[in-house]
Amino acid sequence: MIWTLAPILIPLTSALLAMAARGHPHMVRAIGVTGAILLCGAGFGLLWAVENQGVIVLQAGNWPAPVGISLVADLLSALMVTITGIISLAVAIYSLRDVNRNLLKSHYFALFHFLLLGVNGAFLTGDLFNLFVWFEVMLLSSFVLITMEGKRQQLEGGVKYLVINLVASALFLSGIGILYGKLGTLNMADIALRLANTPDAFLINSSSILLLVAFAIKAGMFPFFFWLPASYHTPQVAISALFAGLLTKVGVYALIRSYTLLFNSQFAVMQDVLIVLAGATMITGVFGAATQFEIRKILSFHIVSQIGYMIMGLAIGSALALAAAVFYILHHIIVKTNLFLVGGLIMRKCGTSDLARTGGLYKWAPGLALLFFIPAFSLGGIPPLSGFWAKFSVIQAGLEAEHYALVAAALLVGVLTLYSMIKIWAEAFLKAKPMDSRAPAENAPGPNLHWTLVVPCVILALLTVWIGLAGAPLLNLALATSEQLLNPEIYIEAVLNPPIAHYEK
Amino acid sequence: MPAAPLLQIATRYLAPILAVLSLLVLYRGHNLPGGGFIGGLLLAAAILLVAIAEGWDVVNKKLPVDPLTLLTLGLGIALLSGLPSLFFGQPYLTGQWLPGLELPIIGKVKLGTPIVFDLGVYFAVTGFTLKCANAFAEES
Repeated sequence: MIWTLAPILIPLTSALLAMAARGHPHMVRAIGVTGAILLCGAGFGLLWAVENQGVIVLQAGNWPAPVGISLVADLLSALMVTITGIISLAVAIYSLRDVNRNLLKSHYFALFHFLLLGVNGAFLTGDLFNLFVWFEVMLLSSFVLITMEGKRQQLEGGVKYLVINLVASALFLSGIGILYGKLGTLNMADIALRLANTPDAFLINSSSILLLVAFAIKAGMFPFFFWLPASYHTPQVAISALFAGLLTKVGVYALIRSYTLLFNSQFAVMQDVLIVLAGATMITGVFGAATQFEIRKILSFHIVSQIGYMIMGLAIGSALALAAAVFYILHHIIVKTNLFLVGGLIMRKCGTSDLARTGGLYKWAPGLALLFFIPAFSLGGIPPLSGFWAKFSVIQAGLEAEHYALVAAALLVGVLTLYSMIKIWAEAFLKAKPMDSRAPAENAPGPNLHWTLVVPCVILALLTVWIGLAGAPLLNLALATSEQLLNPEIYIEAVLNPPIAHYEK
Repeated sequence: MPAAPLLQIATRYLAPILAVLSLLVLYRGHNLPGGGFIGGLLLAAAILLVAIAEGWDVVNKKLPVDPLTLLTLGLGIALLSGLPSLFFGQPYLTGQWLPGLELPIIGKVKLGTPIVFDLGVYFAVTGFTLKCANAFAEES
């Protein structure tokens, strides 16, 4: 029970302490990093508890299930919380040097932990309206994080981000409204149960489409992805790395929950829509990236295309496909955060993020080259790195289910992803640095990188290699997760009919 | 900036009434319409009235804590109010009540952690509203 609570209370406490300690740089930093370490530990604790005890349910305030708000941790939630802990620790350490001193001294770590609070809350809640609230917590803190420095470009990106996400929230709320008006419940397990027994196709389809669009916007899916590359390259590197790793994946998580739990009974109706969206997301994302020449913009477009693979796993819907989707999410969060962090190092060394003006890094910083090579080629799906197994299992699931067009798209996108990564490799590392007479400061290699910037990248790279070489335990965990997802009765049973002992106290 | 004298005099009477009303609303909130959120808004309204009539300088000087600290404090209180239930082996936020008291004049009083939670909300809402209003006032 304590494990379901910890991932929510730890970031909240850290955020409050960081707010109380504002103006004391050392204390704020200590609180920020300690909070992230504890969160990381709590994530593993939760995963361990869920593996041993099955689905863990906490009825907040001791109100029984359909009435109160349930916090539910099944394997999917636990895995997502764990990975959130790992990423938060890496980014917290990276922030120490990367984030502007004044921001660090004021509200950076408070907002950082409020964001994590929203993310973990969304992963753990078993109540649809509560999910909406966590989305808003996330949205507000991320909007402030983007625009914190107050640069023109950031405000522009931030406003685009805010407006489209508010539209998503409105749609989400409408979907919830329809469901609540018709079913009289907000508990996700209860909704799933009642929807399975209703013949009202209008109710199901209208609410399911509203939720699909809302989550698709959050996840950056085709055709709603445009806000993502417009905003993710504007904030400071640590902030965009955190966003790149976690935020869109909350949307994907919500989609998986929708179609394995809420609308599970009508999955067949939506399957074709999901398949088309998955294919279109992969392809538009990768072509968008091919046209870009700014490191973080390329990486942002690749978030979109990779989201397509996860949705592909969900859309196929077999046990292997869902396991592949879960595995893909875990691999992608690590790799993508790492790429943004390393992208930040490249920008530091070269003084610019424009690939046309970078270069010579292979000579200046061979270690950095290796550090980039691992996540980049893992993203491209080169064996034996983690991305290969992720792509391999998605494609295998596609072949087994005979979705050949989707498989062809996935393979094509894999090749084009590699093209983008090779482009960054060639431009930033291999070619000689173009000498620029207008900006002579950029012509020499940047300052040596502090260990707080390098260590998070190394840890994430090692994780990528480890998943690639010894990924069997993780793959088994993903298979167990998909087993749970395919049997929503387990979840429903755990939420609605807890063992009596729970209430006797 | 000289404010309207009428507003200043009205504020002198209205602000204390609003502040007391906010406490009443806060207290009765557990069983009747009201609660920390509405109470907090009422208290913030009382303080904002003073700010409009007398200026922000007066308010900033008289407020014992800065709005952001109040917000932090409020969220902290709300967070802590859920913890006692853990000691009794119950889920987080389960209400813990003191035995009912019979007081002269007021009548039956029931105190418990939900009121502490509401008090946290009360502070958080007041702090947040004041901080926002203050930010806008500084801008214009």
